Amino acid sequence: MAYEKKVNELNLKDTELCLGLPGRTEEIKEEQEVSCVKSNNKRQFEETRDEEESTPPTKTQIVGWPPVRSYRKNNSVSYVKVSMDGAPYLRKIDLKTYKNYPELLKALENMFKFTVGEYSEREGYKGSGFVPTYEDKDGDWMLVGDVPWDMFSSSCKRLRIMKGSDAPTLDASL
Amino acid sequence: MTEEEEDSSAKMSEDVKRYLKLDTRSSAAATSEPPCSSSSSASALANNKSRNFKSFEPPCPDHVLENVLENVLQFLTSRCDRNAVSLVCRSWWRVEAQTRFEVFIGNCYSLSPLRLTHRFTRVRSLVLKGKPRFADFNLMPRNWGAQFAPWVAATAKAYPWLEKVHLKRMFVTDDDLALLAESFPGFKELTLVCCEGFGTSGIAVVANKCRQLKVLDLLESEVTDDEVDWLSCFPASETHLESLSFDCVESPINFKALEELVVRSPFLKKLRTNRFVSLEVLHRLMVRAPQLTSLGTGSFSPENVLQGEQEPDYAAAFRACKSISCLSGFRDLTPEYLPAISPVCANLTSLNFSYANISPDMLKPIIRNCHNIRVFWALDSICDEGLQAVAATCKELRELRVFPFDPREDSEGPISGVGLQAISEGCRKLESILYFCQRMTNGAVTAMSENCPQLTVFRLCIMGRHRPDHVTGKPMDVGFGAIVKNCKKLTRLAVSGLLTDEAFSYIGEYGKLIRTLSVAFAGNSDRALRYVLEGCPKLQKLEIRDSPFGDVGLRSGMHRYCNMRFVWLSSCVLSRGGCREVAHALPNVVVEVFGSDDDDDDDTVTGDYVETLYLYRSLDGPRKDAPKFVTIL
Repeated sequence: MAYEKKVNELNLKDTELCLGLPGRTEEIKEEQEVSCVKSNNKRQFEETRDEEESTPPTKTQIVGWPPVRSYRKNNSVSYVKVSMDGAPYLRKIDLKTYKNYPELLKALENMFKFTVGEYSEREGYKGSGFVPTYEDKDGDWMLVGDVPWDMFSSSCKRLRIMKGSDAPTLDASL
Repeated sequence: MTEEEEDSSAKMSEDVKRYLKLDTRSSAAATSEPPCSSSSSASALANNKSRNFKSFEPPCPDHVLENVLENVLQFLTSRCDRNAVSLVCRSWWRVEAQTRFEVFIGNCYSLSPLRLTHRFTRVRSLVLKGKPRFADFNLMPRNWGAQFAPWVAATAKAYPWLEKVHLKRMFVTDDDLALLAESFPGFKELTLVCCEGFGTSGIAVVANKCRQLKVLDLLESEVTDDEVDWLSCFPASETHLESLSFDCVESPINFKALEELVVRSPFLKKLRTNRFVSLEVLHRLMVRAPQLTSLGTGSFSPENVLQGEQEPDYAAAFRACKSISCLSGFRDLTPEYLPAISPVCANLTSLNFSYANISPDMLKPIIRNCHNIRVFWALDSICDEGLQAVAATCKELRELRVFPFDPREDSEGPISGVGLQAISEGCRKLESILYFCQRMTNGAVTAMSENCPQLTVFRLCIMGRHRPDHVTGKPMDVGFGAIVKNCKKLTRLAVSGLLTDEAFSYIGEYGKLIRTLSVAFAGNSDRALRYVLEGCPKLQKLEIRDSPFGDVGLRSGMHRYCNMRFVWLSSCVLSRGGCREVAHALPNVVVEVFGSDDDDDDDTVTGDYVETLYLYRSLDGPRKDAPKFVTIL
């Protein structure tokens, strides 16, 4: 069976000495289709075995693995990348170290030396030309501050501080 | 004996004698349906001269039996024994049903609420379980089912005297809770484990209306924040509360209301607060409830530490709570306060550090005093070194659970076979273990199998999929084989790491008492599944994901499915045809197939591939509340 063949190959790969972590299989990528779990409606067995993309760092997470209930996962560190338009390099912050939006925004202001404007639900951030946005689990770019903090911190994948004229106003996007 | 007593005792023995005579004459009489009218017994003995005893109206033999049986069966509490009793004959079935006060239903879809209320008429306590365990890991789409609503509706009518409800993995709404609170005036105990669908408003109604409430335990459940001050909804008078657990409630609470509640709850023994309770608030609670035996400590972090201000004496508060044997919480631990628990360490039998990032150096001074600990939960942040410290002191340990601080496949993983082996050498009385790690060896697992013969639960989760023994590079077959072979009392097993069919042949050969088996990313072929289904006669719950098992393997269990609670197979290689075959062959088994979360958009699972199979026996056929993404074959 095709599957058994792959298992045997994997066995050998797993016991091979290499510098990577056990389980990382860059070679396997050539043989199998690599697909992201999210976009895959009907997961065939082969695809679930290895979703790793060719560039590290982290593997795409398999649904429900490891089998730890979601409320326990709150403990873990959750670093997200932060970019600011015009800044030469990105930063990383651990969202878990902040308890609310004011704390986060203050940290961002300190990190990138800017001030964010006044937030209102209707008009977003006004007054400074800097707009903090984030990419959520679904891949959509959202305005920081619209949803409750807990919801934000568990669904935020990365942050981007949009600047000045680059930052589209809400009116223009509608 | 007086003359009268002699007479009546003589009469009684006449009754018994007659009954015995009847019994030997025809077994049909003994198994006949109700009632025991004297005419039916007379007809059984057509020409019997004993007809003339009709005029004295002695108790019917069946009535005598049932009275005796009723008195005897009251002492029978084990449901296995009761199930056996109910199979003896109709009469026994009837009496058993009338004397069963506690009903346990392991799968809410195995029967309808109507069947429950028709058979058991005097139920005081109900335990109901809904979704299968893999639902906890997002492997089941939302709104799959397991609603409490039809059960509360049926029991509200049938058992107004109901006192206890214990639900696990059920969907419970605020309306359900309101109906419960209104329908059962003597209601005493509500326990909701891994449930969802309700919020603080439902809890408020229960708190307010259940005046006899002794237990309100919300454990690992999802509780929506309706911004209701439910703690203020308890009646203003003294309460009967013995246990109040709300550590899973992720919303702020009214501290003053909680404190006042504690003050007027003199019987309170167990209090598990949530992470919004700071050390300062905890201190006030402890001072008011020194009789507590079980304490969930909330955040274990001070709200405000103002310089120069006198902090409460936390250690003194713990010293005053002389009866504390169970500690949990530590949701947001500030490490320098941990030593405050030292005064209670020697008395602790249960310690749950699984929400706290505790290093070996933080653990050691605490654990070295915990000689009486029987249950210990922690994060792997304690490292192998911390586990060695546990092994050195906790000789009475029965249950160990070590969760991953960073639950991702490629995380660092600070514990390994070293810790496992140390525990096995130090804690010889170990009965149950759940161990998450990134690397493991067959040697360590084998050592545990040899050192801990009392093991009934062995759950090892090597987080990297298909990881072999990290020293030898071999599959983990030998280690798990040793576990099933040496741990003769094993009833629950969860396997992981690189496993071939060989591992499953060991499970089938030696796992004769296994009731629950969890498999993920393991095995080579259908043979593995066949080994298990043919070899494990006590298997009740089988949950498998992402393993190469197909229709042939599924077919090999046909003879077993009627005797199992459920079988779950997801992301395997099943086809609809194969699943349909099972459905057609076994009319008493409900076969559900559905897709993953992402398939919500599809109306039905099209094509031949089956993402998830969930089958279970049922007395009342397929359920009528299945959502459209579920197909019942």
